[in-house]
Amino acid sequence: MLSYILRRLGTGLLMLVALSMLVFILLRVAPGDPIDAYVNPNVAMSQAEMEALRTRLGLDQPLPIQYLAWLQAAVTGDLGYSIQRNGVRVLPLVLERIGPTILLMAAGLAIAIVTGIAAGILSAVRRNSPTDIGFSVVAFFGISSPAFLTAILGLYLFSVVLRWAPSGGMLTPGAPFSAGDLLSHLILPACLLSIGHAALIMRYMRASLLEVLNQDYVRTARAKGVKESWVIMKHAVRNALLPVVTLIGSTVGIAVGGAIFIESVFNWPGMGLLLINAVDTRDYPVIMGATLIIGACVIVVNLLTDIAYAAVDPRIQVA
Amino acid sequence: MRVAPILDIAGLKTVFRIGGRPVAAVQDVNLTIAPGETLALVGESGSGKSVTSLSVMGLLPKGVGQVAEGSILFRGKAGQTQDLTQLDAESMRQIRGNDIAMVFQEPMTSLNPVYTIGEQIAEPMRIHLGLSHKDAAAAAIKLLADVGIPDPERRARQFPHELSGGMRQRATIAMALACDPVLLIADEPTTALDVTIQAQILDLLQKLQAERGMGILFVTHNLGVVAEIADRVAVMYAGRIVETGTVAEVFAHPRHPYTIGLMRSIPKLGEATALKRQGKPLPTIAGSVPSLIQLPSGCSFAPRCPYAIEACRADVPPLYDTGTGQRSRCIRWQEF
Ligand SMILES: Nc1ncnc2c1ncn2[C@@H]1O[C@H](COP(=O)(O)OP(=O)(O)O)[C@@H](O)[C@H]1O
Ligand code: SF4
Ligand SMILES: [Mg+2]
Repeated sequence: MLSYILRRLGTGLLMLVALSMLVFILLRVAPGDPIDAYVNPNVAMSQAEMEALRTRLGLDQPLPIQYLAWLQAAVTGDLGYSIQRNGVRVLPLVLERIGPTILLMAAGLAIAIVTGIAAGILSAVRRNSPTDIGFSVVAFFGISSPAFLTAILGLYLFSVVLRWAPSGGMLTPGAPFSAGDLLSHLILPACLLSIGHAALIMRYMRASLLEVLNQDYVRTARAKGVKESWVIMKHAVRNALLPVVTLIGSTVGIAVGGAIFIESVFNWPGMGLLLINAVDTRDYPVIMGATLIIGACVIVVNLLTDIAYAAVDPRIQVA
Repeated sequence: MRVAPILDIAGLKTVFRIGGRPVAAVQDVNLTIAPGETLALVGESGSGKSVTSLSVMGLLPKGVGQVAEGSILFRGKAGQTQDLTQLDAESMRQIRGNDIAMVFQEPMTSLNPVYTIGEQIAEPMRIHLGLSHKDAAAAAIKLLADVGIPDPERRARQFPHELSGGMRQRATIAMALACDPVLLIADEPTTALDVTIQAQILDLLQKLQAERGMGILFVTHNLGVVAEIADRVAVMYAGRIVETGTVAEVFAHPRHPYTIGLMRSIPKLGEATALKRQGKPLPTIAGSVPSLIQLPSGCSFAPRCPYAIEACRADVPPLYDTGTGQRSRCIRWQEF
């Protein structure tokens, strides 16, 4: 188990390096002088000072050397300055936004996992019943409608028409912080974020459980006199979860895309909103910094999923 | 004088819905098993052996197969006799794994890959005997030792994929015997194993039966195995029993052409390898098992029977009593 985790940690690190190269190359091919990213726009600099900085930063060196220098800076937390925000450093800017995004994504993911798996189990057990068909229809719309559409429609229906939830932001401005206030702002965007994911998880869970229910070991469980509810919950579901865990891990990256839409529609103060504003204003250092951090988070989540998989499937240890 | 049987199947007919209409997979089946007796149910693949077993277990696929006629009288551990076809799902569940247990053909797939061997053996004892987790786990280790698995404490903590096929089949036998059933149904328990392991498993079953005295319904398509393990044999063809009798009687004097054909196709010791070396197939009965949807009229075996005459195709032959307790569903039984 330990060697498995170490191995996965190794590949995760490799992916992170690959991502950083990609980000670095994009940063270099972006229009404009790369040195702009390192200059605090509030401080006046002479041409000579600029050249000195260029040499110090190694921007006159060949690209691979530059990459290593950039990597070193990035690792020590120096991602440069925001071009648009009066020389605010990128790292603290990004870090301050990461909390709200993680909160939104984690809530969305939790809702998607719980509802998706529960609906999948119900559908498989009551195969071809009205419940199953109903879930299938809902899932079809959930998977096929684009995130921005569900976000806007959801916002309109639940907060403008029905007034069940506030229409944006993370906290009521000016009000003292309370968990209830946060929750009331969180619930609608998190639910809307979870729709597509929940539908996908449900379809996978249903198919996976139907397959498992035909396995010999399920018949063995029945032959032992295990109660039908336990046959399903203990013997079948645990096996059916294996491919679903993989699915969840590999689609977290896609959910990030959805989160960006949701954040912009709901004015949620997270990475997505930051990223969209940065794209609008061509604030390259912020785009790159945010991309790097988001990518790192996705890689970490994938790593955690693989470890979760190893925990549910004992066979993984020999693989 | 014979002891009252623990299992008495009479006039069993099990139907499946195939393409919207009911088709009988098994019909006119009469079988009895006395306490401590082994009855072998033999026939080619598709003859209805598994359907008969699953009918007794109440494990026919829901909504697809069901018992349509007949009774399955069973005397459980508590001593009272019940008709299993009349029981509700919950009463049947309490019998499964407790009074009647089953071992399946595929040791590779019939154990749950995500639970330890020990947990899977302990489970029926917790369900039926009300044992605590700790006591059931200890009992599981003892059962593993009983079925001849070395180092049972370690094996109990392992997962199915860590055991060989033969070991796994021993483990499924331990699981079946956990609650000390009065009837064990073994559906081709050795078919998926190679010959040496097969012999070991047969020996094990006989040893356990001698110790515990349970009746065994042993399902197999291999008559060769029958001679080793069974007291009596029932030969099945196209969903019907075509010959029954004691193993000694039937082997010495088969009274049905299908049984004769099956006996001819038992490879003699070393013969199978010799034939394989010469590139020749093992002798089999010409033709194949008829489709249940279109059973031939009269004797179902007639299209493949070398002794078939016009009269064979008129009616389904009854089971003739040969006078020695042996029975044959062939109108020409006296000629063999
Ligand atoms: N789940 C099923 N659905 C439809 N028909 C079935 C099913 N199971 C068995 N049957 C029918 O019953 C016949 C006997 O099957 P089975 O008892 O499994 O044979 P075997 O003697 O090889 O164990 C099959 O040929 C098939 O036509
Ligand atoms: S009844 Fe006729 S066809 Fe059937 S087994 Fe006997 S001889 Fe053959
Ligand atoms: Mg079978």
